Amino acid sequence: MPKYLRAAFHRHDVQIGSIVLIMGAFFAALSPGFLTLSNIGDLLENYSVMAIMAAGLLVVLISGGIDISFEAIAAVSQFLVAVILVQFGGNWFIAFGLAGLFGALLGAVNALLIYYLGAISVIVTISTMTFYFSVLMFVTQGKSIYNLPNWFTTDVSFLSIPFPVIVAALSLLVTLILLSRLPIGRQIYGLGGNPEGAKRMGCNILGLQCLAYGYSGFMAAIGGIVQAHRVEEVVPYALIGRELDVLAAVVLGGASLSGGIGTVSGTVLGILLLAVLQNGLTLLGVSSYAFGVVTGAVILVSVTATAYTAKRQLRGMRHAA
Amino acid sequence: MTSSAAQDHSESAPAFIEMLGISKHFGGVRALNNVDFSIRPGEVHCLAGENGCGKSTLIKILAGVYAPDGGEIMVDGQAHAHLTPAASQRAGVQIIYQDLSLFPNLSVAENIVFRRHLEHPGRVVRWRGIAAQAKGVMSRLGVDLPLGEAVGRLPIAARQLVAILRALAAEARLVVMDEPTASLTHHEIDALLQNVDVLKGHGIATVFVSHKLEEVMRIAERVTVLRDGQKVGTFAAGEIDRYHLSELMTGHKYTSSLKPAYSGTADPILEVHGLTRRGQYEGVSMAVRPGEILGITGRLGSGRTELALSLFGMNPPDSGEIRVKGKPVRLKTNRAAVRAGIGYVSEDRLSLGLVMPQSIADNIVVSVLNKLTGPLGLIDGARRRNTIDQWLGELHIRTKSADQPVQQLSGGNQQRVVLAKWLATSPSILILDSPTVGVDVGAKDGIYQIIAGLAGRGMAIILISDEVEEVLHQSHRILVMLGGQITASFHPATVTEKELREVISA
Ligand SMILES: Nc1ncnc2c1ncn2[C@@H]1O[C@H](COP(=O)(O)OP(=O)(O)O)[C@@H](O)[C@H]1O
Ligand SMILES: [Mg+2]
Repeated sequence: MPKYLRAAFHRHDVQIGSIVLIMGAFFAALSPGFLTLSNIGDLLENYSVMAIMAAGLLVVLISGGIDISFEAIAAVSQFLVAVILVQFGGNWFIAFGLAGLFGALLGAVNALLIYYLGAISVIVTISTMTFYFSVLMFVTQGKSIYNLPNWFTTDVSFLSIPFPVIVAALSLLVTLILLSRLPIGRQIYGLGGNPEGAKRMGCNILGLQCLAYGYSGFMAAIGGIVQAHRVEEVVPYALIGRELDVLAAVVLGGASLSGGIGTVSGTVLGILLLAVLQNGLTLLGVSSYAFGVVTGAVILVSVTATAYTAKRQLRGMRHAA
Repeated sequence: MTSSAAQDHSESAPAFIEMLGISKHFGGVRALNNVDFSIRPGEVHCLAGENGCGKSTLIKILAGVYAPDGGEIMVDGQAHAHLTPAASQRAGVQIIYQDLSLFPNLSVAENIVFRRHLEHPGRVVRWRGIAAQAKGVMSRLGVDLPLGEAVGRLPIAARQLVAILRALAAEARLVVMDEPTASLTHHEIDALLQNVDVLKGHGIATVFVSHKLEEVMRIAERVTVLRDGQKVGTFAAGEIDRYHLSELMTGHKYTSSLKPAYSGTADPILEVHGLTRRGQYEGVSMAVRPGEILGITGRLGSGRTELALSLFGMNPPDSGEIRVKGKPVRLKTNRAAVRAGIGYVSEDRLSLGLVMPQSIADNIVVSVLNKLTGPLGLIDGARRRNTIDQWLGELHIRTKSADQPVQQLSGGNQQRVVLAKWLATSPSILILDSPTVGVDVGAKDGIYQIIAGLAGRGMAIILISDEVEEVLHQSHRILVMLGGQITASFHPATVTEKELREVISA
């Protein structure tokens, strides 16, 4: 990122990065198992699905919306692809291609509803989440798919980097290019910063929203495939309930709940922070419920900060007026 | 410039844009009726008129946002029945809306050249190119802003500059500014007007939409006045003065001062001694008597609003004393202030004074609900109705129904609703912070009448305003605040507008 754009985001990255390092040092000192190659490798692999989904969610947050439905979209796409693979066979291209297509379409439905109903995104995506997930449970009757093809469940790695980590790295890279190198990505920042201004400037608002929510659905579905590959089965309700963890990671990474602000580098750091924290607490034998407390607190703090900033801005405007 | 000079100018230079016989209806509302409007290359043309007279509609037709029902638009002599937004921009028309439509989260540089992202959607973003282009545009205007700073962190005046630069980057031949000065201080307005001059130097025409007469008279070469969707006329600036212009806009004559006579013998109802709040104001002493209108003026940041908030219990002072009817009071909350008989109409009725989506009726009674309760502690409908009707009538609030949301009212009527809300608490001291900001000339007069009427009935009024004419004509005594202190005190008869202006910006 160029020098003059860095300034605005740099500080937050440095802060979160330092916290990650300090916590890492802390856990390394307390638990000898923390700073081992195998633990770090596991850590990266365990959080790769979250990273893929976070990349998609980041784009929605920057566009000024929120997506709660992405895990449900991932679950539906995962199921559809699994059925097709079991029935007709296939390969990785077909698996990812179909999942991406289903995810993008289901995500675009969110955008259409938000645009045409003028409803706020949190309501729309909670509704679609409930709907997608209920239909999935109804159709599957909650039954899992175990007989996935062998090629799908076999572990792969490249230069000893596990496959999920590679997919996560690629997803983040593509998102980075979209957001900082493609004009359409910059328009998404514009939309999030000032929707009315973007409209007057001539941005295609519906198009941008379809892109943002479609991208979120797309990434969620890719993440769903990677998750199915890792656990070697498709369990319809496995992904549901993790929405807020991903949201917490993205928000920790500096993305604003009021839109227009957020970076890929921040998101990576946000995930690392959650990963180090959870892993460290586990190694120390702290209850896994503690982690829920942490993610809850993160969201609470960031919502408060957002509201506080908005209030201060309003005050500032009043004094300027 | 004289009218004959303006005439000569028009004969030698063909119009860049000529709007002829433009009409526009919205449902049953006739927003524009057979309006002609022409803009010459490089001229500064003001479009003046009261709220709702059709200024913005005319501008939006020029921008291609609305298609006119009738008439035609000539651009460089080429006739169009209507323009599309794209055609309008291609012709070099750039509109700067009141809210500026900038992206607060993006850098100055990217804001200036944001249009690239739309014009070349397939091209990879080159940050160096963006910086270079933005720098080039800045040097054309001869200004220097931090390219990498997020626009949201800039002061308002600098944001306005970014909006102008953005228009310049789009190869504007005409920049239209719709009510650009509403949120600026005098100093910032000066800077803006200078930029208009620079645009003119580049042969770029400016249309300045405003209902602030002072500005209009300062920069316009020509003024077109609209009233109720009709064109009153186009005048060379030298042809008319401010009073004439205000008559043209409203259609009736004004007395400049409405305040009732005041003798000043009663004991003060509110006294302040050595009131200080660190960083805001210091050692403020003053007194106001029943029936007196005390004007307080000063620039933005002079501490006037902070002082007002302290008197209303919303900004407790660090030291000093406030006395109401001779007794010391401690105003730690606004409820304490209301109990002490103090009412406060905020500078920003949007965020402090009114709940915009709620009805006029609910806004009026919100602060007196406890007085309207019946035996069971429930709101007594009849008494609520009476209170509302009383104030609607007394303040001449024109409305179809008291259940209409406040946000649908004009600025002047909104201000009356805020007043009604406070008058319902029957205060003996009323603080009015910039009561006519964003209100038309005609509606201002109505507010002055109300203020004068309240003072006539013995209410003490503190009138805070940065409009010098306002305090000069509407108050009995004037205090000037500068840097948190009261630096001067005048009787209006002994000071001229010019002198007062100099003291304020000393
Ligand atoms: N989109 C619209 N729909 C209905 N009525 C409108 C619309 N825009 C403007 N009007 C009406 O047209 C008239 C002129 O409005 P406008 O051009 O905004 O005035 P101004 O900018 O001079 O304050 C007003 O009566 C306003 O209520
Ligand atoms: Mg207007």
